[in-house]
Amino acid sequence: MSTRRIFARPARYAAIAPYLWMVLFFLVPFGFVLKISLSQTAIAQPPYVPVFDFSEGWSAINAAFAQLSFDNFRLLASDSLYISSYLRSVVVAVTSTLILLLIGYPIAYGMARLPQRWQPIAMMLVIVPFWTSFLIRIYAWINILQHDGLLNKILLTLHLVSSPVVWLSTDTAMYLGIVYSYLPFMILPLYATLSKMDPSLLEAASDLGSSPRQAFWLVTFPLSLPGVGAGALLCFIPIIGEFVIPDLLAGSGSMMIGQTLWLEFFTNKDWPVAAAAAVALLVLLVPPLLLYDRLQRGTLEGGR
Amino acid sequence: MMARRVGRMSPFNITALALGMAFLYLPIVILVIYSFNASRLVTVWGGWSLRWYHEFLNDRAMLDAAWMSLRVAAVSATIATLLGTLAAVGLVRGERFRGRTLFSGMLYAPLVMPEVISGLSLLLLFVALNAERGFWTVTIAHTTLTMCFVTVVVQSRLASLDRSLEEAAMDLGCDPVQAFVRVTLPLILPAIAAGWMLAFTLSLDDVVIASFTTGPGSATLPIRIYSEVRLGVKPEINAICTMVIALIAVLIVIASLASKLSGARGESAAPL
Repeated sequence: MSTRRIFARPARYAAIAPYLWMVLFFLVPFGFVLKISLSQTAIAQPPYVPVFDFSEGWSAINAAFAQLSFDNFRLLASDSLYISSYLRSVVVAVTSTLILLLIGYPIAYGMARLPQRWQPIAMMLVIVPFWTSFLIRIYAWINILQHDGLLNKILLTLHLVSSPVVWLSTDTAMYLGIVYSYLPFMILPLYATLSKMDPSLLEAASDLGSSPRQAFWLVTFPLSLPGVGAGALLCFIPIIGEFVIPDLLAGSGSMMIGQTLWLEFFTNKDWPVAAAAAVALLVLLVPPLLLYDRLQRGTLEGGR
Repeated sequence: MMARRVGRMSPFNITALALGMAFLYLPIVILVIYSFNASRLVTVWGGWSLRWYHEFLNDRAMLDAAWMSLRVAAVSATIATLLGTLAAVGLVRGERFRGRTLFSGMLYAPLVMPEVISGLSLLLLFVALNAERGFWTVTIAHTTLTMCFVTVVVQSRLASLDRSLEEAAMDLGCDPVQAFVRVTLPLILPAIAAGWMLAFTLSLDDVVIASFTTGPGSATLPIRIYSEVRLGVKPEINAICTMVIALIAVLIVIASLASKLSGARGESAAPL
């Protein structure tokens, strides 16, 4: 016990460098986002009117508080472009998560039922695509989905369609890309819960007269719900802020919030509105994050 | 009892697994095959050829971007591994200290933070600091993101270690730092190596954060690929992507060999 305490002190010193790094490059930048989201747009370099000028001391800061502008947030709340991109982010994230669950569950279930010695290999196979570049995986789909791509070629050869189908720049392509990219995030937590399940529970269910199907819905599925929740949130949270996939695969008709932020920042050079969109996106992420945190705690306590 | 489980793969299970794996791998396999296609048209198979690899090797701008990306990835992964390991040690072995909740919060948040927000916030910091944007700003941004992944990987390994080994070393006269360097560090080395590789590949992959934090004239490879892809499919991109995949595959093989050689158990051999 005392040895542990002796060890703890230098371990805490070890944390100083990463601590300072994260404060400087993670926490402080958020202060800037918040600050700029409350400032006015200006045609200047950088394109905003600074709210605070720290060099002038606290009196200037107090004076500046009076001038804080919530215009950017008012704009976000009133302009239909922002409202629709906000809504679209939620709709896309919910829909993709449901599709991921439908596809990911059978795969994870199949993995959990593999012979024991095959299971680590199957897990490796699911993890490896996660290591290959995300951008490359999306690009691989563009190759397949483009006008004279492989998919249309196969469909035409099989006479399933008479002329090439437009796949790129559609919501179908976007959902395909999202499902493809996030599938490992769904499979791994599901597999983790399913593989830990005690097989004797299913034996008991069948001894008591349930068919395999009944046993699945009465025993396996309810017990796997923590994994379902973890997988769903692990997909839902990053999909909400997704930028690259909708930008490359979806049409230009409607945008997700990440795209709106990008457009305001790079094309319209309206940094305050972009910063306000970032704050709005963060707010959107808080409830699922809290839910995930609670779920993880619940699983930990339930496991003990 | 194990034997009874083995026989229980239903046709449905097998189909789901086979289709799932095909879905995960087929697009990448197709991409690799087409990178060797002699024809410019993606649909027409013009025979095997290294033409697009030649094209890439003569494309000055692409090569510059690739070199920039490799440097950023190597430097940021190294700093991130150092900081991430220190953070993991502090979190796992530091017991309770003031600001611990904030610390772990700051380390977990970037894992789920949308890249557009991380990129935007860092850029605003760099603008406020009047930092010249280029290699170092991208490197700092990538370090900040990837050190969190390193922390998670090393932390889980460290937490599963038997602490009595360190205690034994200290009972035998090591001070805490010696005990860490001689006993703990060799045991968590596979996790540290896996963390470095994860950081390296994440940095090599990132397009959003790099777009925000880089300056004119210092585009990374993903930024170049991204702007080319927006204009449509080019066979040269297939070749570049194949080379990146090959590089990552080599890294994964080295990592799994290394963790086997170091005699670590199976659980640390998994790259995540």
